[in-house]
Amino acid sequence: MAKRIDVKDLDMYYGDFLAVKGVTMTIEPRAVTALIGPSGCGKSTFLRSLNRMHEVIPGAYVKGEVLVDDQNLYAPGVDPVGVRRRVGMVFQRPNPFPTMSIYDNVVAGVKLNSKRMKKSDMDDLVEASLKGANLWSEVKDRLAKPGSGLSGGQQQRLCIARTIAVKPDVVLMDEPCSALDPISTLAIEDLINDLKSEYTIVIVTHNMQQAARVSDMTGFFNLEATGQPGRLVEYDDTQKIFSNPGQKATEDYISGRFG
Amino acid sequence: MPDADLHALDQPAVRPVPQPTPAAPRPPTDTPLLHRRLPRFATLGMLAASLAVAILLGLTVWSLNPVALLLETAVLYGVAVFVTSSVVEGRRNAVDRLVTVVVTTFFLLALLPLVSVLIEVVGQGYQRFDLTFFTYSMRGVVGAGGGAYAAIVGTLIITALTTAVSVPIGILTAVYLVEYSKGGRLGKVLTFFVDVMTGIPSIVAGLFAVALFVLFLGPGARAGIIGSVALSVLMIPVVVRSTEEMLRLVPNELREASYALGVSRWRTITKVVLRTAVAGIVTGVTLAVARIIGETAPLLVTVGTTTSTNTNPFSGRMATLPVFSYYEYAQPGIPREPYLDRAWAAALTLIIIVMALNLIARLVSRIFAPKTGR
Repeated sequence: MAKRIDVKDLDMYYGDFLAVKGVTMTIEPRAVTALIGPSGCGKSTFLRSLNRMHEVIPGAYVKGEVLVDDQNLYAPGVDPVGVRRRVGMVFQRPNPFPTMSIYDNVVAGVKLNSKRMKKSDMDDLVEASLKGANLWSEVKDRLAKPGSGLSGGQQQRLCIARTIAVKPDVVLMDEPCSALDPISTLAIEDLINDLKSEYTIVIVTHNMQQAARVSDMTGFFNLEATGQPGRLVEYDDTQKIFSNPGQKATEDYISGRFG
Repeated sequence: MPDADLHALDQPAVRPVPQPTPAAPRPPTDTPLLHRRLPRFATLGMLAASLAVAILLGLTVWSLNPVALLLETAVLYGVAVFVTSSVVEGRRNAVDRLVTVVVTTFFLLALLPLVSVLIEVVGQGYQRFDLTFFTYSMRGVVGAGGGAYAAIVGTLIITALTTAVSVPIGILTAVYLVEYSKGGRLGKVLTFFVDVMTGIPSIVAGLFAVALFVLFLGPGARAGIIGSVALSVLMIPVVVRSTEEMLRLVPNELREASYALGVSRWRTITKVVLRTAVAGIVTGVTLAVARIIGETAPLLVTVGTTTSTNTNPFSGRMATLPVFSYYEYAQPGIPREPYLDRAWAAALTLIIIVMALNLIARLVSRIFAPKTGR
């Protein structure tokens, strides 16, 4: 299921403004890739380009190629809706659908697309997804209760369950723990570790310890100067980035000399 | 030095400079955190006394009417509570109490006309609020008797037709404005014209509908559908406005969550955005219905009225409650009383219909509202 992503010379624009310039990287399957860097350097923008979610923002567009198993996401004729079914996304703030129960939130991807599914299959899908998100034991007795009644950490895991219920190839996470306490963060990090056996995971984080803990590969984004576009400064094994970075800027950032 | 520490609290936040003169010790009831309060019986007593004085004034000096009574009580009580409170509790609490009195008074003042309309309509309307009123039309009735059956049926048909035309147009326009136009030129133009339409006088809408249908049906045509078109002109902007507000309240995160699950745009709009906003939309539509159900002028020129029951909105005059009420009141026969009673009973019926609609809307929005609870 997990797919490899090749990004080739990707530029991202908001209207006339070049936000991210010239990103070329290969994201390995069945691994966790972390993107770190200061605020406003284009990490989230870049992440959104991996499933064309930036197109929701008026005026945003990209130049370049994103190949998922050699299929260019930006080739003419590619349906962004189809792309997002293959490349799921978890957001910074937990956003369960407020009108739906826990159960319905998990199968939202199926139900909103009006796919026919037998009740028993749906039950199995809910159980498997919630187990996959380490949430089953906490909510199995109250699946009919509203999803917005859960705690923040539980809501975020519910959102992860919802994302993996549509069986994507890739899961993108945009600072998934920044609104959570350390214990919920630990639960999510454990979950990321479990998920990487099946999915390609790309995670944006402001927390460098988190990047060091969960990821196999790390990419460091930075602005050359204020007003300049963000760019990928260095991309390597997490081990190497955090122990022996090749670039001065990376070393300054991870050692806390700026940012 | 616990005393000095306490006083440090109400000094401006500056660096602690050694103070040469220690502040005079305060009485224990007046520390920064502990204040004397007016006891509850004192304020209640003052209120009762103000009311009594106001009633006395009303009985002796001028007449006893509720508005004067309310204002006199408010002024007396306001002055009394402000003075005693400034003495006992200090200036800030006194101002707080005074503002509370002012706000409550104006709230009650705003409530007065509503309540008095209700009392008046119920009081005048109940005399003919009987079975005959709801089961008989006015066909062949001169003087007493007869009823508003034809008018009730006519109002319900025309309102239903108007709602059926306006709600889809209104909601879809709002969806376009919020979800599709993205601040484009067409969206701005639409918003402007919707705003203009909100202010159209209802008689203009009626004349527009007449002029429109003259083209198809020739001059002098009267039909329920013409009235529905006129009322739609009034109802659509209200629906657009309220729906637009509700759609803008739906957090963008929910749309993104839906897109990220690979849900297409129109399914996101119908199943997430509209579904989340449905409670507010229903309330808005009900208010819009309440706005048009009592319109008289456009129906006078488009539908006219008739004494017998006409259930076909596509041909012929129809009776409606507001027009019925208007004619019974404006052109009574001799004696006048039965006509006026019917006019009031029709007004009461109209109010009850609007109230029932509101209750239904509340029920619907409670069922569909985003769920909470653990």
